[in-house]
Amino acid sequence: MTNTPQPDPSPRISLLGTTGLLFEAPGEMDIHTQRRIWWLARQVETWPCIKEAVPGMSNLMLIFSTPPRNLDSIESELLATWNRAEELHLEGRVVELPVIYGGEYGPHIADVVAHTGLMIEEIVRIHTEPLYIVFALGSHPGYCYLGGMDPRIATSRRKVPVLRLPGGAVSIGGSQTGVSASLGPSGWNTIGHTAMSFFDPLRSPPALLAPGDMIRFRAERIIK
Amino acid sequence: MIEILSTTPLSSVQDLGRDGYLRYGVGTSGAMDRLALATGNILLGNPDNSAAIEIPFFPFEVRFLEDIAFALTGADAVAELDGRPIPPWWTLRAVKGQVLRLNPTERGARCYLALAGGINVPVVLGSRSTQLRGDFGGYHGRTLQQGDVLKAIRSAGHCEGFDRLPAAGFGVEPPEFVLPQGNLESIAQGTRTFVRVLPAAEYDCYEDASLESFWGKDWKITPQSDRYGYRLEGEALVPKRTLEQRSHGIVPGVIQVPPSGQPIIQLRDAQPSGGYPKIGTVIEADLWRLAQAELCTRLRFLKTTYEEALSALDAVDDYLNKVRRLAELYRLSMR
Repeated sequence: MTNTPQPDPSPRISLLGTTGLLFEAPGEMDIHTQRRIWWLARQVETWPCIKEAVPGMSNLMLIFSTPPRNLDSIESELLATWNRAEELHLEGRVVELPVIYGGEYGPHIADVVAHTGLMIEEIVRIHTEPLYIVFALGSHPGYCYLGGMDPRIATSRRKVPVLRLPGGAVSIGGSQTGVSASLGPSGWNTIGHTAMSFFDPLRSPPALLAPGDMIRFRAERIIK
Repeated sequence: MIEILSTTPLSSVQDLGRDGYLRYGVGTSGAMDRLALATGNILLGNPDNSAAIEIPFFPFEVRFLEDIAFALTGADAVAELDGRPIPPWWTLRAVKGQVLRLNPTERGARCYLALAGGINVPVVLGSRSTQLRGDFGGYHGRTLQQGDVLKAIRSAGHCEGFDRLPAAGFGVEPPEFVLPQGNLESIAQGTRTFVRVLPAAEYDCYEDASLESFWGKDWKITPQSDRYGYRLEGEALVPKRTLEQRSHGIVPGVIQVPPSGQPIIQLRDAQPSGGYPKIGTVIEADLWRLAQAELCTRLRFLKTTYEEALSALDAVDDYLNKVRRLAELYRLSMR
């Protein structure tokens, strides 16, 4: 454990009907908070009334196996556990994803150019520079929420969502970047494409990546 | 074994849903009306969680390729076996070659066809439910088509059960006539569906007038509503300030409010995570009522408490246990 975080008095706990609870950590959405969320998930998923603990972006959803009769006790237990939460350093592996940027594979790169005022080469350079950390999985099978995008290429979500974004689409939505794992709707700006398969229901675990893993995008080609 | 003779493109194989894979981004899927699915299974002596066919649009027609008992629950589809009418919430035995036809419903939206033994499709990640976004589970990961042949899980017990089922079959009282919903006596029900709602994280962030409309006004279920979610139309809900949510887990029943102010109720095929603010959650015990609310009809939200929501879940369990006892008695009396 490194630098013990100070207990913060103001996390938020809210009900998701009788199905579960949502715990939202206060403060920044950064890797330090996220590591404490991972730690909290490991603890909470062993509780008898919990069926699954699902990390989000600096938050944790708890699904009840049986809804507890007494909410107060589970809430105070949750807060107490959070207050002693350590940073869980997951041994992640690094996956390099070759990306074809622009052209028919990145139909919205022009919008990122317009929004940021940067040239395509510069956008690709900034996008391929960081080692992105998988913070959580969600949205659709195998999809990873990544932390670490350079805010210089942040581009607001599209007003009208794309209905059929293909799997492998590399996109930017606000200050986040990600890769679609299968065909579906999306409001993000597609800047490129990678051929990686992120999910196989017959594999165990079914998702290619897990929280703590890292992604590096490599520019295989830039189409202008 | 049955062969699909006619279906719309939205019929699918579902059980009670897929648990434990949210952390991989896999939503729960499963029957929209879990109460109807479980009841159909109980009538047949199947485990509650056996897979059945969810039929949201009609007509729907199958041919039985063997002698087998089946059950129809959920929407009141006008059903006929070789032209002979079948009451709703009923189990009956079919003889090889007979054709079951479900015509458009008189009330309700989704019908469930269960077979003795349950539908035999592979269990993928712990469930037989169709995961449409992931193209897996159910029947080859897709909705049903004309010509598809589905098998039932065979076991010695089911042949015995078949013999014991009277030719006329038997049924149960549909839950809508049995399950209470709190203090509804004073409110004219008409064609509205009432569902109970627990406030969620961003409930307090809405203008007072918006909260008044949320509870007090009708919400139309627009035609853009399906297993993913119901898109509602009514007086736009206005937040006191702009709300920004970080991506977080959501569950079926969560009522999200996108920037348009027109709420969306996330349902069985919804993404397991999202970022829109949440004003409330339709309680688990009332999700079957939503599943049976027809397109273009109106919804009303009733404010409830966690304790009431738990009692409502108990009432659902009581109903299922009553059906279980009745089905057992019926089988015993046939010996």
